[in-house]
Amino acid sequence: MIRQLTGSERQLAAIMLGLVAVVGVAMAAAGRNDTMGVHGLIVMLFAGALMYPLFSAIGAPEPTEDREASYYDDPIKVGIVLSMIWAVFGMFMGVWVAAQLAWPGLAFDGAWSTFGRLRPTHTSGVIFGFGGNALIATAFHVVQRTSRARLAGQISPWFVLFGYNLFCVLAVSGYLMGVTQSKEYAEAEWYADLWLVVVWVTFFVLYLRTIARRKEPHIYVANWYFMAFIVVVAILHIVNNLALPISWGSAKSYTVWPGVQDAMVQWWYGHNAVAFFLTAGFLGMLYYYLPVRAQRPIFSYRLSILSFWGITFFYMWAGSHHLHYTALPHWVQTLGMTFSVMLLVPSWASAGNALLTLNGAWHRVRDDATLRFMTAAAIFYGLSTFEGSFLAIRPVNALSHYTDWTVGHVHAGALGWVALITFGSLYTLVPSLWKRERMYSATLVEVHFWLAIAGTLIYVFAMWNSGVIQGLMWRTYTGDGALAYSFVDSLVAMYPYYIARTIGGLLFLIGAIIGCYNMWMTVRAVPETVSRQGDLPVAATVPGE
Amino acid sequence: MAELFHRKLERSAIGFVLAIIAAASVGGIVEIAPLFTIDDTVEEAPDMRVYTPLELAGRNIYVREGCYACHSQMIRTLQDEVERYGPYSLAVESKYDRPMLWGSKRTGPDVARVGGKYSDSWHVAHLMNPREVVPESNMPSYAFLARTTLRTGDLSEHLAAQRALGVPYTPEMVENAARDAFGQAFPDGSEAAGVVERYGAATNVSAFDGQSGKLTEMDALVAYLQVLGRLTDAAHKGSAVAENTPDTAN
Repeated sequence: MIRQLTGSERQLAAIMLGLVAVVGVAMAAAGRNDTMGVHGLIVMLFAGALMYPLFSAIGAPEPTEDREASYYDDPIKVGIVLSMIWAVFGMFMGVWVAAQLAWPGLAFDGAWSTFGRLRPTHTSGVIFGFGGNALIATAFHVVQRTSRARLAGQISPWFVLFGYNLFCVLAVSGYLMGVTQSKEYAEAEWYADLWLVVVWVTFFVLYLRTIARRKEPHIYVANWYFMAFIVVVAILHIVNNLALPISWGSAKSYTVWPGVQDAMVQWWYGHNAVAFFLTAGFLGMLYYYLPVRAQRPIFSYRLSILSFWGITFFYMWAGSHHLHYTALPHWVQTLGMTFSVMLLVPSWASAGNALLTLNGAWHRVRDDATLRFMTAAAIFYGLSTFEGSFLAIRPVNALSHYTDWTVGHVHAGALGWVALITFGSLYTLVPSLWKRERMYSATLVEVHFWLAIAGTLIYVFAMWNSGVIQGLMWRTYTGDGALAYSFVDSLVAMYPYYIARTIGGLLFLIGAIIGCYNMWMTVRAVPETVSRQGDLPVAATVPGE
Repeated sequence: MAELFHRKLERSAIGFVLAIIAAASVGGIVEIAPLFTIDDTVEEAPDMRVYTPLELAGRNIYVREGCYACHSQMIRTLQDEVERYGPYSLAVESKYDRPMLWGSKRTGPDVARVGGKYSDSWHVAHLMNPREVVPESNMPSYAFLARTTLRTGDLSEHLAAQRALGVPYTPEMVENAARDAFGQAFPDGSEAAGVVERYGAATNVSAFDGQSGKLTEMDALVAYLQVLGRLTDAAHKGSAVAENTPDTAN
């Protein structure tokens, strides 16, 4: 990996790591009486850990071949590995917190292992760690292949990948220490947020510069989604995280948004994190890996345009449906509901476009578990977007809000859609990147598929049941007009479902671990056979260009 | 025609990005900007007071521990919620809240009006071991709060930051923040009078955690829980009636 870099690039990388380490020292010094000091140490360790491989190969021979004549796949490989590590971590934390709700004694005698601190390590671990790394890796892969050009940088892809993982580490370690803004899905504190802005802007510039080098006149659909993902997540992240730290040496900050305005900004962010992180980016994957694996072109170009712009425009209005019947003004709630219902059109256009692409390839869906992962993902995408529009309707939301129904809905999307499309894409990508003919074991892919499906269904059905029961118990009156159940009555009714949900999550986690093993063995045990022919960029030096 | 236009757009990365920004900006601007300009978004409440330093420190513990993941602080305008938890929440009640803690999930009950509902000692016993008080509870134990000394050295910085963001703390309040935190938790101490003087006669001065001599995080969190819903009376004065729960309305 280091061998792919020239001497001056290695020096630049060393200088950048040195600067990061200096920032770590500054944080450790300024925050020596605060949790921020611990984060300073973590930043130093992170930079130090990366210096080790760099310096152990710093004198290695420089690359002699023309790098522009091949795709830049090293950062993608590392991104896939990181993604799977985060998957196991994040899903394990999910199983743990799920178990804590059923058996509250499953904690250590310390602040760090309470549900409130562990829960964001699960959400950030899977969304940002697993999902984010998978998005960065596949974005790097898709943009090169569809542009037939190499990434427009030698060091910046590494900076994006490792910088992003530093953010994830700061976020997750912070929650364990109690460093959190308590803004759902935006818990990381101010300095981690600032760092993410730097990383994200680099990602954006790198992506655009690579697209600018493309040898195809048109920008392929998958890249539209990756661009929307990168650009809009930047906007959301910056606006929602505007905050004033109490001092330069403290991890604590106060958001600039007060009360009701904060609620609106937070859910404008929160819902569009779903839209542009968990939907747009993964639709980018779907639009590339599904047709590749099915060996069929996308069904309809027009549907792609309709769904892309529909999603980009409509989603941004939908956040206020998280605030029905609250102190948010009624007109905003109504707007949010209206656009949430309209969102069904572009969402189903995407799902339909994906499923119709499989026409003529259904025998492959039957035989190939990898393609079946992606097919199931498209179906779950259709189901959970329908459910989302439904839950956004005010009277429905009156029942579902604050209950486990929401949790079930989120997991139908996160497990059924996001994780399944990711596994399908990675099972396609791993053999091709490492130039292996196939995955180590098709049977294990099959086992993973059924564990994932079983886990998702158990989880989602458990949460539907518990959510509806909970919602109904809260609003049930006795004949003489009193509330029939105390809150504790409704909690007692939840326990069986909390146990079922833990089992569902555990199955899903086991599937992911099997996936890791299978990928590991693919790299280790399957001989390198596939020739590179065809999988090459149109080199910049091609005569006649 | 539209398709032809799009085929052109697809050929320009910059153009495409600008189009994405344009399409994605409208919704947020239309829904967020007016919340700052339309006056009746946040009701008037002349009696609204600010959090004392101890309550603010308690609130920051609530934030730190991620309590919002299981407890909402937002009573919706539904009949059953109003009967269960009290008058529905008004926007003004969270106007000093950064961040807002309305929450999105009730694994435990709403706490928007829990202030004054239970005694200090009930809260302490419950936080020490929830199952001692509510056998069916699945809430974690927060016993470590009672053995952790509250950090007061930076409370002035907290109040100064809040003041910079527009919360009406006076310079005296900022300056005396640490002293007032002690004063509120030690009713017999010499600093108690200053808290009442600065934050009003209704301030809840109490030995929250029942331990004398040490100001703990338990003191702060209980002080915060006891002020929830009690910064203003506005919600109790309103004549507005809750909506019927949808499926029972007819």
